[in-house]
Amino acid sequence: MNNKIATREAYGKALVELGKVNEKVVVLDADLSKSTKTAAFQKEFPNRFFNMGIAEQNLMGTAAGFATSEKIPFVSTFAMFASGRAFEIIRNSIGYPKLNVKVCATHAGITVGEDGASHQALEDLACMRAIPNMVVLNPADAVSAKKAVFAMAEYNGPVYARFGRAAVPVIYDEDMNFEIGKGIEVKEGKDAAIIATGIMVAEAIKAREILSKKGIEVRVIDMHTIKPIDEEILIKAAKETGAIVTAEEHNIIGGLGSAVAEVLVENYPIPMKRVGTLDTFGESGKPAELMKKYALTAEDIAKVVEEVINKK
Amino acid sequence: MAKVDYEMLKKNATEIRKGIIKAVHAAGSGHPGGSLSAADILTVLYFYKMKVDPKNPKWEERDRFVLSKGHAAPVLYATLAEKGFFSKEELLKLRHIGAMLQGHPDMKGTPGVEMSTGSLGQGFSCSIGMALAAKLDKKDIRVYALLGDGEVQEGIVWEAAMAASHYKLDNLTAILDFNGLQIDGKNEDVMNIHPIKEKWESFGWHVLEIDGHSFEEIISVLDKADEIKDKPTMIIAKTIKGKGVSFMENQVGWHGTAPKDDEKEKALKELGGAN
Repeated sequence: MNNKIATREAYGKALVELGKVNEKVVVLDADLSKSTKTAAFQKEFPNRFFNMGIAEQNLMGTAAGFATSEKIPFVSTFAMFASGRAFEIIRNSIGYPKLNVKVCATHAGITVGEDGASHQALEDLACMRAIPNMVVLNPADAVSAKKAVFAMAEYNGPVYARFGRAAVPVIYDEDMNFEIGKGIEVKEGKDAAIIATGIMVAEAIKAREILSKKGIEVRVIDMHTIKPIDEEILIKAAKETGAIVTAEEHNIIGGLGSAVAEVLVENYPIPMKRVGTLDTFGESGKPAELMKKYALTAEDIAKVVEEVINKK
Repeated sequence: MAKVDYEMLKKNATEIRKGIIKAVHAAGSGHPGGSLSAADILTVLYFYKMKVDPKNPKWEERDRFVLSKGHAAPVLYATLAEKGFFSKEELLKLRHIGAMLQGHPDMKGTPGVEMSTGSLGQGFSCSIGMALAAKLDKKDIRVYALLGDGEVQEGIVWEAAMAASHYKLDNLTAILDFNGLQIDGKNEDVMNIHPIKEKWESFGWHVLEIDGHSFEEIISVLDKADEIKDKPTMIIAKTIKGKGVSFMENQVGWHGTAPKDDEKEKALKELGGAN
């Protein structure tokens, strides 16, 4: 976990590799290609790259039009503008007609940092999850981000994928298997399970190490697909550990925590708690400072795990 | 250019108008005004201009039509039915539960519908992607998008307008169904869109103005648009909301109201016969 790479970096590189093997792939951006890392694709395949300017609604609509013509558009902008400003276009032009558009949103979550609340998408997973037909992905590291790009291209239908700005630990080997809809048991454990998504998987692994020193053995599951969520792995974890903690760099309302709660309450109710931002906007600051202030660190997760175990 | 059969166009337009009235009546809700205003335009597109195959709706080389003013779905449905994409009986099930014909166009459910629309401005934006894809594949495909005049108040329309000229989409023809009325009244009272011709020109479009009920003029500009290079064409078609049914013409109230039984009979009679 010493090597750190931003998932958006992996996304940009994966797009280039994908472009080489799949001629149907086109990439669209909204004047952020250097930040979203789609610029690499533009360099390699200038005729299949379309900068749509600072106009996110038309960005999504144009992508939908491409998809009606048998192209596979990968569309990028910041998560806030994709899931927020262009929400209705994604719903009506991509989700409703079930078009093969891949909305790859970068700069998600509080670790966008200094730009502050206006740029920190903490609702995107909830918004996208609420759209019928939409698959919602949130890869944990650079390796799984790359695999996610190829999995998205294979899948025929609308996908929202969330990528981060900040460099995060690489937790997987190159031979990891990324399957849409299948959570990954990253670490074994019997006392409780942390269901984490995105960059919080690395924090969850660190939380496990903290708890391990106290003799508590915690399972860590990477829930890279928020929708459709892997019910099987969740129910199994609930039955085998009896305590669940979710961890997401997102509002605790509507994202991973809600998705997991829905499954557990209907299938196997057990003590559960959610780690995430507590229905609040973020603020400017360094990513690490913000993680601490908004209680998203490994230490915070570990504390919550102990609270849940006490409720067993 | 092939000799134009004006008699056939006239007959088709009348059938399409009758289809609109019957469909909206059967639904008990819907948008007759803006459907009737666009009937002549759609007639020319589908019975003179566009390459389409009702037996093979997904034919790869087909031209594309996007009804961006999706609430005018009845005119699209009546036209597609007249063209043979599906049975005219479907028109009488418009907006009924389980029906193929939804209140606003649904590309997943209706043969010949190229894009699901209804949220204004959104279909026009999709037509940009369709035109770009045709260019990328070097295909001789023309994309047509029909917009309402109230619709151009949406910001996405201008985002798309900017992109279309930026990418020199000379395979895109947009038509503005300019009937001057929107739900709450006249465009100029609700939100003035003038000067509309200059707006489109300043966004880099080739703009042509016509009488949207003259087959000769519609045909002439659609043909002319094929010759314009390096820029998209906007046809501002002056139309009459509710055209063809005297008591609906130029009436804001008929934007989204279904005719009652007697109104339906009266409308069909005016259009030429009860069937």
